[in-house]
Amino acid sequence: MIELAFLLAIPAAGALALALWGAKHHAPELNSAFSLGTFIAACALTARVIREGPLVLWHEQFLIDPFNVFLVTLTAFIGLTTSLFSRPYMRVEIAHGRVTSGRLRLYHSMYQLFMLTMLIALATNNMGLLWVAMEGATLSTVLLVTLYRTPQSLEAGWKYFILCGVGIAQALFGTILLYVAAERVLGAQGVTALLWTHLNAVKSQLEPTVLSLAFVFLLVGYGTKVGLAPLHSWLPDAHAEGPTPISAVLSGLLLNVALYAVVRCKVLVEGSLHSALPARMLMGFGLLSVVLAAFLLFRQRDIKRLFAYSSIEHMGIAAFGFGLSSPVATFAALLHMTVHSLTKSAIFFAAGHAAQKAGSQLMDDIRGLITLSPTVGWGLMLGALAILGLPPFGVFASEFLLLTTAMREQPWSIPILLIALGVAFAAIFGRVQPMVFGDTQARRLPHAPALLPVFAHLAIVLMLGVYIPPYLAEWYRTAAQLIGGS
Amino acid sequence: MAHLPLDRQLLNACAALLLLLSFAMLSQRRIVSLVNLLAVQGAVLATATLLLAWRTGEAHLYLSAALTLTLKVLFLPWLLHRLIRRLGVYWDTEPLLNISGTMLSGILIVVFAFGLAQPITHLASTATRDAIGIAIGVVLLAFLMMITRRKAMSQVVGFLSMENGLFFGAMSATYGMPMVVELGVALDLLVAVLVLGVFFFQIREQFDSLDLHHLERLRERS
Repeated sequence: MIELAFLLAIPAAGALALALWGAKHHAPELNSAFSLGTFIAACALTARVIREGPLVLWHEQFLIDPFNVFLVTLTAFIGLTTSLFSRPYMRVEIAHGRVTSGRLRLYHSMYQLFMLTMLIALATNNMGLLWVAMEGATLSTVLLVTLYRTPQSLEAGWKYFILCGVGIAQALFGTILLYVAAERVLGAQGVTALLWTHLNAVKSQLEPTVLSLAFVFLLVGYGTKVGLAPLHSWLPDAHAEGPTPISAVLSGLLLNVALYAVVRCKVLVEGSLHSALPARMLMGFGLLSVVLAAFLLFRQRDIKRLFAYSSIEHMGIAAFGFGLSSPVATFAALLHMTVHSLTKSAIFFAAGHAAQKAGSQLMDDIRGLITLSPTVGWGLMLGALAILGLPPFGVFASEFLLLTTAMREQPWSIPILLIALGVAFAAIFGRVQPMVFGDTQARRLPHAPALLPVFAHLAIVLMLGVYIPPYLAEWYRTAAQLIGGS
Repeated sequence: MAHLPLDRQLLNACAALLLLLSFAMLSQRRIVSLVNLLAVQGAVLATATLLLAWRTGEAHLYLSAALTLTLKVLFLPWLLHRLIRRLGVYWDTEPLLNISGTMLSGILIVVFAFGLAQPITHLASTATRDAIGIAIGVVLLAFLMMITRRKAMSQVVGFLSMENGLFFGAMSATYGMPMVVELGVALDLLVAVLVLGVFFFQIREQFDSLDLHHLERLRERS
């Protein structure tokens, strides 16, 4: 209980403190310190869950179960490493004159606020609070996307705000419908009617027609945030125009948390419907995202847009995995969410440094990273290989598991998936190779890049590819049973 | 048709007024009037909540009526008027679809909304369940407004009107959401409008205008 209090209080205090001192010389270190505190609290919470099993806290408003415990830790971990990466990155941005000290304050404060909303969204048991936190996550990052105040970034920010705002309004409507259905069963003026644990207990009594309608709204609403095609159009813009640490947390965390919300809803709806409608919808949206993103990858010239499209593709794969609904596929999808977050944020770290060195995000301008800075070059190369699903990295393990399950259950999808993965491979590898090995005459940066986060992430992804720690596997399995149902 | 008690008649009148106001917004091009219409819509919503609170005697509905009154009738319109004055945006340009076309599609949308509301109406046990169709209608009309308008300010009014519709839907289907959630939603709404205010200034600083056709450059750069 105390761990959860710290987990939420530290980023909240961080947002306040950095709103006051976010422009000071040591603000980046302060930001990292708060993120470290959050991570330690998350570890303590995890240790407690390992010891005592699932927790339901604070008038049942918060819930830590096998499905969200590892996501909480992952979120806090990536929050920490991104804050480490952002220290030299933002200093270089100041040296290049792209960010003023006032905006740095906004950046640091909003960063902590964003972490807070993500953690609330993950840990809450209340579907209404989940909605509130998801909307809070959009609001706290909108002004970060427009941090550079360029016309493009304003456009990206506006698109992000309006699309996600409308999307999230749909999700609110879905939540209301869920409440209407639940109130009939749980009654009592709705004290418990939005609590997930209670809903889960009575899910088979909920009215199916209303719940299927609710699921359509919830999927479209939260799906907009996951970046599922055709609702993805805000995602590449927001990733490309905002500062790179924000691209890393949007891709690595926000998409995950939104998908988590969708899956929580799916569990309830499936329990009520006894039909494959939610699963089919997830599979359809997932597959469409994979295919569309794979083919759009070829047209990209901006390095961050390239990897933003790759995020859409991988979220599509995870959504497809949840749609398959068998325990093994769900296990694979959970693993995929984990390794994708780690790999993609590592890639954004390396890509951010690379773009700073070249002074441009256009891939044609980025050349010869291997001579310029071998570590950045290797980081980008290894990250790209990992995300493309090469063994022995974790993405290979999850994709392999997913494909073999799909082969058994939905064989028609295999050619589509394989072609999309092949196309994505060709597109990304063809782009990354000249960036890493080409000729160059760029200059050095005023602050040494932080490469520890890149290699730490890649090392974990590598480890997950060959060895999954027993308790993690146990959580995945329990969560897979919870989600896959039956 | 049997006689309805007076309070239900009043509630139905409120619902009808909400829908009417949505249509009025759809046809209004003066941004100042648009914000006024939004405030009136908020006032009708607050009245409906108050009526319902009086009828059912539920304390949290009184609270939420007070919240609606302060936030949607007083504070947000005041903030928007201030923004309009300081930014000098008074008129929206011709919408993408002309007014009569918008109104016609609006009518079709409302018919669709009532169709969509059927299963929910059957399930809900509240006295106001007939109004659910109207609530969905208000949401979809606001959505239509967001799609067809070009000025950032009109899109925001659409966004807020959509929220009014959602709120009315929650109220008529279940007598409102739990208080925690309602407070959270109100907080998000408030922050959203503040963020937008900042955003407008950034857009104007950059483009000298709040016309969104400036924001159409980010295509797939190939």
